[in-house]
Amino acid sequence: MRLPIPVWSEGRDRTRMGSIFGPGFFENSPVQVALIVGTVVAAVSALVGVFAVIRSEAFSGHALADLGAAGGSGAFLLGVNQLWGFVVVAAVAAGAIDLIGLRRPRGRDLATGIVLGAGLGLAALFLYLDTTSSHTTGAPVTILFGSIFAIDGSLIPVIVGLGAVSLATVLLLYRMLLLTSLSPEMAAAQGVPLRMVGVGYLVSLALAVALSAMTIGAVLSTALLIGPAACALRLTKRPAWALVLAALIGIVITWLSIALAYDSYYWPPGGRGWPVSFFVVALIFTVYLVTRLPLGERCDRRPDRAPARLAGG
Amino acid sequence: MELASPDPEEILKLEGVSVWLSGRQVLREISFTLRAGEMTGLIGSNGAGKTTIFRVILGLQRANQGRVWLRPGTGPGRSPGIGYVPQTVVLDPDMPLRARDVVALGLDGHRLGIPLRSGRRRDLVAEMLEAVDASGFADARVGRLSGGEQRRILIAHALVSRPQLLLLDEPLINLDIRSEHEVVALLSRIAREQGIAVLISAHDMNPLLPAMNRIVYLAGGKAASGTTNEVVKPEVLSRLYGRQVDVIRLRDRVLVVAGTDESSAADQEHAHAIADPGLV
Repeated sequence: MRLPIPVWSEGRDRTRMGSIFGPGFFENSPVQVALIVGTVVAAVSALVGVFAVIRSEAFSGHALADLGAAGGSGAFLLGVNQLWGFVVVAAVAAGAIDLIGLRRPRGRDLATGIVLGAGLGLAALFLYLDTTSSHTTGAPVTILFGSIFAIDGSLIPVIVGLGAVSLATVLLLYRMLLLTSLSPEMAAAQGVPLRMVGVGYLVSLALAVALSAMTIGAVLSTALLIGPAACALRLTKRPAWALVLAALIGIVITWLSIALAYDSYYWPPGGRGWPVSFFVVALIFTVYLVTRLPLGERCDRRPDRAPARLAGG
Repeated sequence: MELASPDPEEILKLEGVSVWLSGRQVLREISFTLRAGEMTGLIGSNGAGKTTIFRVILGLQRANQGRVWLRPGTGPGRSPGIGYVPQTVVLDPDMPLRARDVVALGLDGHRLGIPLRSGRRRDLVAEMLEAVDASGFADARVGRLSGGEQRRILIAHALVSRPQLLLLDEPLINLDIRSEHEVVALLSRIAREQGIAVLISAHDMNPLLPAMNRIVYLAGGKAASGTTNEVVKPEVLSRLYGRQVDVIRLRDRVLVVAGTDESSAADQEHAHAIADPGLV
């Protein structure tokens, strides 16, 4: 795991005085790239993730993420940037899932499982070839667990562009996605083209997953997709607020994780720094647990029923 | 076959509709007419073809034979279209939708983009929530409402675009008796007040009897239609089932019972399904 080395030297006093951002944090170029990329990826993943949760397509999202590993490792073999591997494989896999997945309720899970199995086989082969050809263990770790501090700054426009495509698709299909997740039959009766909406959504899901695979790795990108969305759904009952909250939670968690990873250079065992992915997943899990606390339910209680029942009894 | 209808009250006409699904004929020459302001019950046991008839009307299933005539301007995705409430809608308790959001989706859920705040949209939704007596829980999460409350919200969703035809697939299933009465009374009122044609499917006709203007009785893929008194008679139903069927009237309830001669175990089961277990 390549981490940017903090600009202050070891041994000198760290005078952070309560700030979570270490000195030199914002001047560090890999950190700047990580913050920009992290913000874009977190926002896109969280927004797309809200629909993955309410459409019950979390498994598709996870499968696309794992499959990204095949793409990333394949790209590494070919000497191409892994982003392209993630994107191409996720898009192809999304198409395959749609083709195999008949419109039966369980059809999609089955299709996802089949495509996932095939893809992971390829990932195993490519990762093996990557390690034997380069005699390092760097490739598997980068691909599986992310490399947000090692992203080439010249990729920023591409990442922003792909994120914008994914985001625009989801926002364009916003109402149709809500209606379809309520009931596909009702949506069809109202004239919603189910197939087109399904494919459109899978494409934006594939892009979001590919982008977050770049950041926190193929294995953990589900966390950024599902975590903030699941938290937001606990906190609000309005669809638009769920999108805004999910994006905010995702962005704040990503920033904190980058800051903590930068800081962790001085944590035991020392001199190596902890992976960003770990902080992202740990923070998401913590936030989710907090939203599950009973006080999170307060806003959902229906005021109209309880008193009437008490009065009657 | 010319189906142009001179009668302005007629909203939907099925003439000789037959449907085969994977080689099996599920509908045999079904004909009936729905009129504005009338509530029609589509009665039949499970598997009698009720949902298939809905799918044919909605254009989701092609009729292999026969014609479906809809009053022009009545069709999916058009306004005023067809309102549809499917049999099962499973709502996740964490779904980030308030009851009023669900109703609003009935207005513009098939459109692209993010909805803009509009006073007119909000008024239409509020008015419809009022019409189904749902204003009290309009801001609750839809997935946490009771079955009867959810049903009312889905009916409001189907009605908010002011359709001329409302289709409800087994709207009384899984409801307690009180909610059953509420939903039937509500639908009957809506049909009358808004002058729309309402088609309700059910496996038991009894809850619908006080409100139903006409009945379409399905058995063995065939249908008999008319007023309840015209259709729910031993002669008519015996012809439909192809064997002796008795109709027993108990106060204001009706039981349809298969005769014991030549009837198989499966048919007996059907007769029990129609009979109200509370009265046996």
